[in-house]
Amino acid sequence: MSEQVNSDAPAPQATVTELFLRFGMIGIMGFGGVGPWVRWLLVERTGWYTEEEFVNTFALANFIPGGNVIALATIAGVRLRGWPGALAAILGLCLPPAILVCAAGSLYLRYSETEIAQRILGAMAAAGAGLIVAMAIKLLKPMRGSVRGLGMTAAVFSAAFLLQLPLTTILLVLGPVSLALALVMRS
Amino acid sequence: MGDDPVLLLALKVATLACVAVGGYITTVPDLQRFVVSEHGWMTAELFVTLFAVAQAAPGPNFLVVTLLGWSVGGIFGALLVTLAAILPTTLVAYFVAGPWERHKQARWRIVVSRTIAPIAVGMVLATGALLTHSAWGGDWRRLAVTAVTIGISLFTRYNPLVPLALAAGLSVLGVL
Repeated sequence: MSEQVNSDAPAPQATVTELFLRFGMIGIMGFGGVGPWVRWLLVERTGWYTEEEFVNTFALANFIPGGNVIALATIAGVRLRGWPGALAAILGLCLPPAILVCAAGSLYLRYSETEIAQRILGAMAAAGAGLIVAMAIKLLKPMRGSVRGLGMTAAVFSAAFLLQLPLTTILLVLGPVSLALALVMRS
Repeated sequence: MGDDPVLLLALKVATLACVAVGGYITTVPDLQRFVVSEHGWMTAELFVTLFAVAQAAPGPNFLVVTLLGWSVGGIFGALLVTLAAILPTTLVAYFVAGPWERHKQARWRIVVSRTIAPIAVGMVLATGALLTHSAWGGDWRRLAVTAVTIGISLFTRYNPLVPLALAAGLSVLGVL
């Protein structure tokens, strides 16, 4: 991947089994998203990444379509153990929680007719929605001073929520606008 | 491939995974439209509830698609749809990691991030609004739950499980 970087530093060591088990652990621990746990695992727990390497890789993972944790698991797995490593990391990250999620879902569907289950899940759905809104507000913070950023965000929000346009349409129409503004405007 | 729901859903999820800059959460409005209004596989209430179940369970947030696949097509559906979500991301990650590492200081990296950030944030905001609307269902107490959750999330450092558990607990007690 890189010819000269880190040629004098010892390469991090990890076996395929270790990748599976370690990613499996954070997959199960990661309530409300595993993003923060991936950083803890790669930087603090194992030292597979330095702080700077992680920040750099994390920035990339955020732009890969489909979600940064899968992207991070792929990149880290490939770096440490090639394709088998990536496979082990992704399997570890997804398989145990996927089984848990389906078990929880089947419990819900079994009792969904009962009034108490309806009430509990209705309330949890409302709370779950609040978590997403809060996440959006936190993401907005770094854009506070940017008319361009806030304006584009408002345009995308209107297109998706008010006009109910599909994501691909939004990307095709507003993507080029966002790119042009990013090139022209300073903030 | 005809009109097998599992294959249709897997194809839709894979397509969305290819364009989901800013994370899988940005595809939720499209997903809801697909399974609720276009195909009528479930109600909007069930969709938002499955979403809540996926959020309450540990693991990556995108596993909501596993649950959708599972409810549409059982274990086979869960497997296929999960794979459909993972594969595009994994392939892209593999192929762009190299060039990205080699151009650490490049201006195009800054431009790319400034282009994508507002699109991602706008989509997450739209997802939040849509889920709030679906969860509301005319009951103002639900809206209050959403509002309190936003407050807890913004002004405390509690685990996201806290507001979810609080909402469940209050509804067991009959308050909600």
